[in-house]
Parts: sequence; structure tokens; C-alpha cells
Amino acid sequence: MTALLEVKDLRVSFFIPAGEVQAVRGISFTLEKGESLAIVGESGCGKSVTVQSIMRLLQSPPAKIAGGSILFQGKDLLKLSEREMEKVRGNEIGMIFQDPMTSLNPTMKIGKQIAEGVRMHRKVSTEDAKRRALEMENLVGLPHPERRYDQYPHEFSGGMRQRTMIAMSLACEPKLVIADEPTTALDVTIQAQILELMKDIQKRLDTAIILITHDLGIVADLCHRVVVMYAGKIIESGSIEDIFYNPQHPYTWGLLKSVPSIHSQEKRRLVPIPGQPPDLIKPPAGCAFMPRCKYAMKVCVEHDPADFQINNGHKAACWLLHPAAAAIKEAAELEARA
Amino acid sequence: MNNNETIMEVKNLVKYFPVAGETFGKSSLLKAVDDVSFTIKRGETLGLVGESGCGKTTVGRTIMRLYEPTSGKVIFKGKDIVSAKPNEMKSIRRQIQMIFQDPYASLNPRMTVSDIIGEPLDIHRLAKGNARKNRIHELLQMVGLNAEHATRYPHEFSGGQRQRIGIARALAVEPEFIICDEPISALDVSIQAQVINLLEELQENLGLTYLFIAHDLAMVKHISTQVAVMYLGKIVEIADSHELFANPQHPYTQALLSAIPTPDPKIAKEHKRIILEGDVPSPIDPPAGCRFHTRCRFAKDICAQQEPEFKGDSKHQVACHLI
Repeated sequence: MTALLEVKDLRVSFFIPAGEVQAVRGISFTLEKGESLAIVGESGCGKSVTVQSIMRLLQSPPAKIAGGSILFQGKDLLKLSEREMEKVRGNEIGMIFQDPMTSLNPTMKIGKQIAEGVRMHRKVSTEDAKRRALEMENLVGLPHPERRYDQYPHEFSGGMRQRTMIAMSLACEPKLVIADEPTTALDVTIQAQILELMKDIQKRLDTAIILITHDLGIVADLCHRVVVMYAGKIIESGSIEDIFYNPQHPYTWGLLKSVPSIHSQEKRRLVPIPGQPPDLIKPPAGCAFMPRCKYAMKVCVEHDPADFQINNGHKAACWLLHPAAAAIKEAAELEARA
Repeated sequence: MNNNETIMEVKNLVKYFPVAGETFGKSSLLKAVDDVSFTIKRGETLGLVGESGCGKTTVGRTIMRLYEPTSGKVIFKGKDIVSAKPNEMKSIRRQIQMIFQDPYASLNPRMTVSDIIGEPLDIHRLAKGNARKNRIHELLQMVGLNAEHATRYPHEFSGGQRQRIGIARALAVEPEFIICDEPISALDVSIQAQVINLLEELQENLGLTYLFIAHDLAMVKHISTQVAVMYLGKIVEIADSHELFANPQHPYTQALLSAIPTPDPKIAKEHKRIILEGDVPSPIDPPAGCRFHTRCRFAKDICAQQEPEFKGDSKHQVACHLI
């Protein structure tokens, strides 16, 4: 069986006056049908650039896709013409953006905005498009769909706008939905509503999801697999169980230990990751995490670590996993998990 | 720490903002903070949590009199700030400082770090010449930066470093009480922990008292001694931090806590969320009775008619009819 989406050695750079920012530096991952994948990492690690490349939304210049391929159902999205790409966007791949305030058209009625995508991609009458839009409003739990159809975005709360975005992204029954920080702008109780909705919809429609977030709690709740990015590379990937219960990369350890848990009984000091991510205009020759890594070795300075396979589906790029570093790794792991 | 002395007491604090009405000439009131009371002991941290628009930031700003309170008292070290005269206010503001949410907007981009941190020293005439320079370097070291950063501009720093500059500026006048208004919500997770640890260290070393305003409940639990939960301008529950998270009483607190995603797949799978229906009502015309009754799972007739009083002991107070 071929994967729904296969990203191979993707490289994306931005050309700015100060030089070439290598935002994504050769990443590969696959996504199966109906699977939900989280991409986590800090601002600037390249997670948004990755999904915007999949949707071909990056403006060029300054952005340039420097290499790699993105196979969606077997066809390379990077080779499609703009015309062909329009048939993919919103139709085969839907997208939910972070900020529902700015991603809706303020001068257009909500119902029309949902119906617009349907009319563009399907040969349907105005009435049928409206019927579909009302159906979608119902699906995402907008109360009084008929009345909501004729309202404008400013009459909606943040949560309702995000429901509208979800309705728009799903109206054409895409096989894949990309959600870029879909709940970051929302309050926790509204976030809970949206997460329940996304879980429910995924179960019912069997849509594959790529979720970008920095909240590990959301990942644990919503996703099957996780890709951890750092400085434009994937440093670890695996199932949520692998990443939460058997993390292998020191950066993943750091991410997990720097957030407090509301379930912990005793109070412990948080363990921050010292320093900050490197400048991607001059990315380091070795491991990009080396300057912040407590366990860095000589090899980390000069050589970028290769991927080490931990088990089927769980990979990490760290020299500690090399057999020669076994003793150091054991000590580091003991300490990191204490 | 100076055991048990109450440093800050807020009594029945009210702040209404006039807003233009639907028709011309008619204005109505936005009840941002409506009868809020709490006390904070020296060296402790009160966490103030709630969703956007619940009035938590307004509480912080009204305490500093950045907004004039509509009514109520703010008693700092035995003296009511609300009735303080302008010249008294200047010395009070030296003792109460604020750290802001957005480290990009709260530093003047045209001032060097040394000017930013030195400004409060100049305003309060605390140091001049070499003493000023040394104090700035000392402050930079205190927050984990160093002397060579002094001549640079804010844009040369990352978000976490800028927040450190904001903290150094607040510390310059040796305050006793610091209002931290969402100090970490603009930062990345790995950087958040750095700033939280810094705030904790400073509290231990300098005996600071914090009012910590945030919506990240896990962080609030981590840093606070006491936590107050706000909903639509009112505190609905206030308790010792551990007690509040272990034993939440108010239906809103329960929903709020259950809504937090847990970074643990096993717990997340078994966890049943309490989903609140609908959105927070407008603070311009808040619901009568208990303000939460429109979204409460347990609401009874009385909840719509009567405003609930606080019940419980000094360690845990809840405003709910059903307790």
C-alpha cells in the first residue's frame, strides 16, 4: 500500500538580504490514510514552512523549495502547475489556520464562505452548495445553521470562527486536513470543544490530519504519531507511546521536562533547555542541538547525526544512539529521566 | 521569609469601563472587575487564572492604578493605594512593579538595554554615573544576561532574553511586589521554563511577592502558593494551590481543569473532559445571579436569581449555591 503523503528530503530556503535562511533542511516523513500526525517544535524550527510547502503556499521569492519531493497519492505536488494545484487545495487537502480572526473574509457571509469552496471544486447548483454548507455547519456544531448562514465573521466568537474554518476545510471531503496551531488563539475551555470536535470528525470521516502544535498535551490527546523538529530537521519521530514513554533524543527529553504537569503531586524545579536555537543563515556543521545539549560529544560538533532506528517506526537522530556511545547514553538517560 | 505578614489586601475592588451604547448618546458599562477581594502574604505568589476577558489583567492594572478603580480598596503594607496622592503614588510604584506579557511591545525599540533598565533608576533618582552603570550590570547578571548586553538594542535579543530585560527593569527599583501579567505566554516552551525558574530564584533570593496572572493552569499551579479563579469579573474560587488542583469545588474550576490537555497519552485516553457549552457571555450585560449559571451543568433556579456568597474556610473559598 502506498502512503497517502510522502515527503522526501524536502529542503526550503528563504532568500533575504542577510543571506539564505535554510528553514527546512532535508526532512522526510510519511502519512498513512486516516492517520493523524503531529509536528512539534519551537517557533522557527520549520514546522509551518513544511506544511506551507505541502500546500504550495510559500511566496517565491523570498521562499524557494530547494529540493526534495512531496508525493500526495503518488503525484508530486512540487511538479504541479499552479492551475493543477488549485484543484488540490481545499479539495483534496484542506487547511485550518491558527488565527480564525484573520483567515475569514470579513465582508462575506459565513455560509457563502463555506459554500464557495464547494462551488469551486464541484459542479453543483447554488442551492446544492448551500445545502452542503448547512450540512457542514451542522457537522461542526454551529447552532442555528440557517441563521448563521447569513451572518458575518464579526458576529461570531473565536470558537465559532474556528468551527467555521473547520467546516470550510472539510466541505469537499478532503483526504488530508492540515491544521496549523488550530487552537493556539483560543481559551482552554473553547480549545477543549474544538479538540473534541476534531477527534469526533476524524473518527467519522476517516480524514488524515497533520497537526502543528507546540502543546504536547494536544499531541497526546489527538495524534497517533509525532515528528519532533529542531532547526529545520526532524530529530525524532515515532508513535505517541514511543515519544512520551521512550524518548531518545536529548531535545525531546528537554521538551517533556520543561513543562509542568497539573497531575504531579510534588513540586519540582522545571528543567529548562538552556540557550536558544541556532541561526539558520549559518546552520552548524554538526548537530544543531549540540550547543544546548548537556551530553554533547566531540563527534556532535563536526558531524550531523544519522538517523538511528530504535524500533519499527521510531527513529532519532543523535550520536548517543551509536553503539560506541552506549555507556554515555545510559548515564545520560538515567539522569534525564530522574 | 517574613512569615505571615499580609503585604497586599484587595477589598471589594470594582472597575467598570464606560462603552458606547447601541444608540447614540446612550452609554453602558462594561463590568470588567466586579467586587474582587483577596490577600497575599509576603514572599508568596497568588496565581490569578481565567479565560480572556474575565478581568484578570484589569485586576493587575487597577492595583497599580494604571486604571483608576471605580470603587474598593487596595491596601499595600497597611496603606490604601486608591486614596494615595500623586506624590505618594510615586513612592508606592517604586515598591510595586510590573512585568508585561509581550516582550516585543513592552521595550522601547529605540532605547538601548542600559537606557531601558536605567530609566527607573533615573526617575526615582536611585543612582548616577558609575553607580548607575554598575547597578545596570548587576541587574543584567541577576537575570542571566551580562554587561556586554547593555549597549545593545531590543531587536538584537530573542523573546526569552527580552523578557529577562523586562524583569531586570522591574527589579531596578528594588520592588517588594511584582505583578506578572502573562509573563511567559509569548515564549516557546523551553524558554518558558527558563523564565519561570528565574522568577522563582529571584523570589527566594530577594523575598519578592508575586501576583501571577496567566491562563496556563499548569504553570500557575507550579509557581503559586494560592490560586484564584476568575469568571466574568468575579472570583469564583480561591484556595491554596495544591488544594485547588486536587479538590476543585466550583463547576467552572472543574471544567477549566478538565479542559487542560495532558501530555501523557495513557491519561489522555482515559480522561473524560467536561465540555462547556457555548461561549462566555458579554461583561456588558452579565447574567443575573451566578454569572456562570448559563453554562453550568448543575444550574438550579436559585442560580439565576441570587448571587452566590463565598463559602468555606480561609484555605478554600467557593462562590457557588450548590456547595
